[in-house]
Amino acid sequence: MKAHRQKKLTIILFVSAGLTVSVGLILFAMSQNINLFYTPTQVAEGEVTIGQQIRIGGMVKEGSVVSANDSLQVRFETTDFIHAVPIEYEGILPDLFREGQGIVAEGTVDAAGVFHASRVLAKHDENYMSQEVKAALDAAGVNTETHPSLVTPEVK
Amino acid sequence: MIPELGQFSLILAFCLSILLGTLPIIGAARSNMVWMNLARPLAAGIFVFLSISIGILAYTFATDDFSVQIVAAQSNSLLPMHYKLTALWGGHEGSFLLWTFMLSGWMLAVSVFSKSMPIEFVARVLGVLGLLCVAYILFMLATSNPFMRIVPLPPGDGSDLNTALQDFGFIVHPPTLYMGYVGFSVVFAFAIAALLSGRLDAAWARWSRPWANISWAILTIGIALGSWWAYYELGWGGWWAWDPVENPPLITWLLGTALIHSLAVTEKRGVFKSWTVLLAILAFSGSLLGTFITRSGLLTSVHAFASDPTRGVFILAILVIAVGGALLLYAIRAPQMKSEFGFGLVSREIFLLANNVLLVVSAASIFLGTMFPMIYQALTDDLISIGPPYFNAIFGPLMVLLILVLAVGPMSRWKRTSTSYLVQQLAKVAAASIAIGVVLPLLVLFEISFAAIICVVLASWIVLSMAKDLRNKIANKETVSKGLRTLSLSYYGMQIAHIGVAVMLIGVGLTSYFSAERSVLLAPGATVTLGSYAFRFDGSEATQGPNYIADQATFSISKDGNSLGELYPERRIYLATGTPSTEMAIDAGFLRDLFITLGEEKEDGAWTMTVYVKPFVRWIWLGAIFMATGGTLAATDKRYRRLRQRKSARDIAAKEKIESDSLQPASS
Repeated sequence: MKAHRQKKLTIILFVSAGLTVSVGLILFAMSQNINLFYTPTQVAEGEVTIGQQIRIGGMVKEGSVVSANDSLQVRFETTDFIHAVPIEYEGILPDLFREGQGIVAEGTVDAAGVFHASRVLAKHDENYMSQEVKAALDAAGVNTETHPSLVTPEVK
Repeated sequence: MIPELGQFSLILAFCLSILLGTLPIIGAARSNMVWMNLARPLAAGIFVFLSISIGILAYTFATDDFSVQIVAAQSNSLLPMHYKLTALWGGHEGSFLLWTFMLSGWMLAVSVFSKSMPIEFVARVLGVLGLLCVAYILFMLATSNPFMRIVPLPPGDGSDLNTALQDFGFIVHPPTLYMGYVGFSVVFAFAIAALLSGRLDAAWARWSRPWANISWAILTIGIALGSWWAYYELGWGGWWAWDPVENPPLITWLLGTALIHSLAVTEKRGVFKSWTVLLAILAFSGSLLGTFITRSGLLTSVHAFASDPTRGVFILAILVIAVGGALLLYAIRAPQMKSEFGFGLVSREIFLLANNVLLVVSAASIFLGTMFPMIYQALTDDLISIGPPYFNAIFGPLMVLLILVLAVGPMSRWKRTSTSYLVQQLAKVAAASIAIGVVLPLLVLFEISFAAIICVVLASWIVLSMAKDLRNKIANKETVSKGLRTLSLSYYGMQIAHIGVAVMLIGVGLTSYFSAERSVLLAPGATVTLGSYAFRFDGSEATQGPNYIADQATFSISKDGNSLGELYPERRIYLATGTPSTEMAIDAGFLRDLFITLGEEKEDGAWTMTVYVKPFVRWIWLGAIFMATGGTLAATDKRYRRLRQRKSARDIAAKEKIESDSLQPASS
């Protein structure tokens, strides 16, 4: 009986030690890998630490997309209709990337206020606005139901 | 008129579900044979009416009845027939009908393949599944009716199926994933039935095992199909993104993996009983969580359906009532489950316990990483995201530990194994694995990296220890073939699934560390090289498909000057919506994949594009096929049928003393 208890205790101790270590590791890994989300206004007003990895969401400003003809460089602006943030990206943009469409970009802001994106995400379903984009527009006080540049034309 | 028939059929299925969710369970509590015997015909009835319902929905898609809302939203008259039919599950309403239909299919399977189980057990299992059916159909009728019409003016044509979904992967991935997901409801129902009856014994574990194995195998395939599809369709060369909607299936899969191992211990040794029941409840919760996350609109992802808050609340209510009720019942009944603690500190039980702890911890860490942004947002209103580095940092080390244990488990004995025996058996295996791990990557890849060594060492560790175990098992037999024949199907199932882990590990490890990609702008006639591969761009031309127009580029690929053929990536524009879509071209191989995605056209016929070389990427899905095969083989072991028959003879004798203290079905 006593031997059984001892064995049980050993197992319980091992399992709890393992769990404690895992929880510690999980929390550490989490604290290292959280990307905070900012709106274009927050970025434009300098709320972001330079060089910090963040996400930004907004609409691609109409007429802002400039892509180089001899390289994969693309420059565009993302906006919440109050402030626009210039974004530079080198690579191939997603299929549904278009002017007037909501996007989310991951990357860092430089001293000049230009956002250097390492990844640009666009929604796969065009009738659906990503939560980050919606949050950015809500924060800017834009009514996402009625704003003229957001209303999808009727399908015939 | 025809869509309304589908709805009537759904309502009839709902009425039958209410009967199934109440009468057999009450019957089992009161030993009322007539009520218990209603379970099977009611389950069959629900299946029939849901078949009619989903059949009619498919018919409205096939006949372009755009007066039905979801047909107008998800289909188009130009869509090829196979996509018209499968567009049914291209949105929230239809896919939920598919989900419920899958549940009724599992119910029918339970009622057919349970002839040898005692009737009060079958009645309770089907009753619990009936209650789930009530919740699901009520959810559909109340918030997401698939047969909703557009009145008074239906559109002339539909707005088309999301172009990212117009692919073979879309035909096979959702049904398989759902079938696996929903299969865990059956195991859940078995656990609840056992809790209700108060009889959690080895027989219960034995009945549950084949169902758990089969659901697990189907879920494995379902997840692998999703990964394969994402790999070739989404165009960024990844096979797993730690997307918030990819994670719940993985959580369910990890809990399911823990469950099938824990069930083995419960069946063979009668221990871990209450733990196994808890795992069955958790695995089921994982599947509900997946539905909740996809359909609540809480998350942004490729998979999310357009959101409607009432749906999220409804599913959350189902989740809370079903899981909460189950856990309450568990809390009431668990103290009655007594396990004898009859095993030593070095024994197979301990290794399986380690397996369970590691799997559950990894499931929990993924759960935390997936849910944390949502919880954080609810508390602070700030949006955050947790990226793949978090998941990789946690999941990788846990899997390394799991694989170390994986090889020792099968070799150790129940109750007690001497440490010196294990060391003697495995010392050479370990040495050989390390040798192979160092040499093999050098020979095949001409490169060396710490990660690749770890992966190959671990894969060799699995395979060599398995070979050693096999040799031990047949050492005393006269001939090898005779020895091989004496081993059971479940033993082979286990070993094949474990080989699957080794194969997948090679794929994951080598693809992650040795993949190469390059994004370039190429004019016609120019060449881009990647490693020893050269891709020559021969220009592009316009082409046409059934519902799209496209630019198709031609590439000649060669390795060290030897031609490997041509690839034709496309850039499509779908006509119904004007949506662009890239179709990558893949040269698939056993040892490596080459692929190309087109970006956009620039001046003078030049295109932006990305080329990739992905070594061993196919092994990821090959591993999943091994695992699923192993799980299925283990489930079809003839030992289950034999034992069931023996058991049923005993149960007829035991039928007289059915326990009458069972709870009323207030739990869900």
